[in-house]
Amino acid sequence: MCLGIPGQIVEITDESRMMALADVSGVKREVSVAPVLTGSIEELIGKWALIHVGFAMAIIDEEEAAATLEALHDLGEAQEALEAMAEGDKALAQGTEERA
Amino acid sequence: MKYAEEFRDPKAAKALLAKIAETCDAIGATKEKPVYIMEICGGHTHAIFRYGLDKLTHPGVEFIHGPGCPVCVLPMARVDECVEIAERRDVIFTTFGDAMRVPGQKKSLMQAKADGADIRMVYSPLDALELARRNPDREVVFFGLGFETTTPSTALSIQQASREGLTNFTVFCNHITVPPPIKALLDDPYMMLDGFVGPGHVSMVIGTHPYDFIAEDYGKPIVVAGFEPLDLLQSVLMVLTQIKEGRAEVENQYSRVVPEHGNPVSVAAIEDVYEMRPSFEWRGLGEIDKSGLRIREKYRAYDAEEKFGIGYAAGERSVQEPEGCECGAVMTGRMKPTQCPQFGKGCTPEMPLGALMVSSEGACAAYYQYGGARAAEPAE
Ligand code: SF4
Repeated sequence: MCLGIPGQIVEITDESRMMALADVSGVKREVSVAPVLTGSIEELIGKWALIHVGFAMAIIDEEEAAATLEALHDLGEAQEALEAMAEGDKALAQGTEERA
Repeated sequence: MKYAEEFRDPKAAKALLAKIAETCDAIGATKEKPVYIMEICGGHTHAIFRYGLDKLTHPGVEFIHGPGCPVCVLPMARVDECVEIAERRDVIFTTFGDAMRVPGQKKSLMQAKADGADIRMVYSPLDALELARRNPDREVVFFGLGFETTTPSTALSIQQASREGLTNFTVFCNHITVPPPIKALLDDPYMMLDGFVGPGHVSMVIGTHPYDFIAEDYGKPIVVAGFEPLDLLQSVLMVLTQIKEGRAEVENQYSRVVPEHGNPVSVAAIEDVYEMRPSFEWRGLGEIDKSGLRIREKYRAYDAEEKFGIGYAAGERSVQEPEGCECGAVMTGRMKPTQCPQFGKGCTPEMPLGALMVSSEGACAAYYQYGGARAAEPAE
């Protein structure tokens, strides 16, 4: 939860909410780019960012992204982050009826 | 397992280890009279154990594991409050998965979920926001937990909820800040610390200046570090070099990610949404002045404490740590995890008694996970 994971910003999904699609180790996730937005949002496409709990917190270069990912895999933190994303998707899909 | 071989760049690791040894010898640090270096961040604790850095470095370096694992410093009373909110029939309680197994006085969130509470693990507070949009007839509460790395995410989510005028989204804010407990530890007369390795991802948000007091007021070196093993070794060397040269400064080893002044958007969002509580309780460390955040008056509608009358808003609370738990002593460096009578017996990662056993960033869990293997197979 504290370390964050590198992802590549591939598509802008909602400019008004500052949301974009990031590719995180092959998994596509909608993230907020608000913290790293300094110019036009389109400029972010193709860039790598450190993503913390759904927010792009720092722009990094590709080499740094690769090195960070490797270290995260070693620590088991990359797998944890990807599992957390899957859990999040599950939470959203879950209905509300079962608690009647 | 030969740990130095596991590094991405074993040659660089060996060179750094040699320089660390050289510097230790130069300042006369030995196993008997070591230099005490605290790594503040739980991510660093995990990396130190994963790579066996405590065994690879010269015996004159002794790592003290700091309070930088948000799950580990979460008091039981706050878990109880989470459970209380989550068990309301109208509530969807959302949380990072890390918090699920932290024991409360009666139960953990995991147990509350098994008992029927609608508790959902989310990746981001943005997931909670989306749940609120999709379930207008339910109250969606997000458990805001963590240091400055996660604080901006809840601040920005609250701002977004406010822009959209959502009325069924609140945050149960338990965000804490890194500098105050460091100050509390430095003020503790029993603490013997010679220097610090600072949390890189926290500084990515707040920059390096919040640590100035460590160097200026307490005369201790601090090096803000990345979490890769080579980053850590280099940072330890930088701390030792400062000691050798009689300097006490804030240095930034992780400048490829950490700007001196942090991330301005995040800092502004935190400032807009949160204010300091007069004091906040930390597991093992007690109440620390100005160390926790609460939601400002203007965002009151998004404050779960206000909405449900729970938490610090409800007034006095009393907490008792479980019988035989030595988390407090371990957290302040007075005891090694293995000296706790519960370690590996009444307390394991599967059935944690204390919070330091819950997360892989907790000192006890790290000892448990990596300690045994390394003891059996000494590093080259
Ligand atoms: S072994 Fe368990 S009870 Fe003992 S200090 Fe560690 S976490 Fe606390």
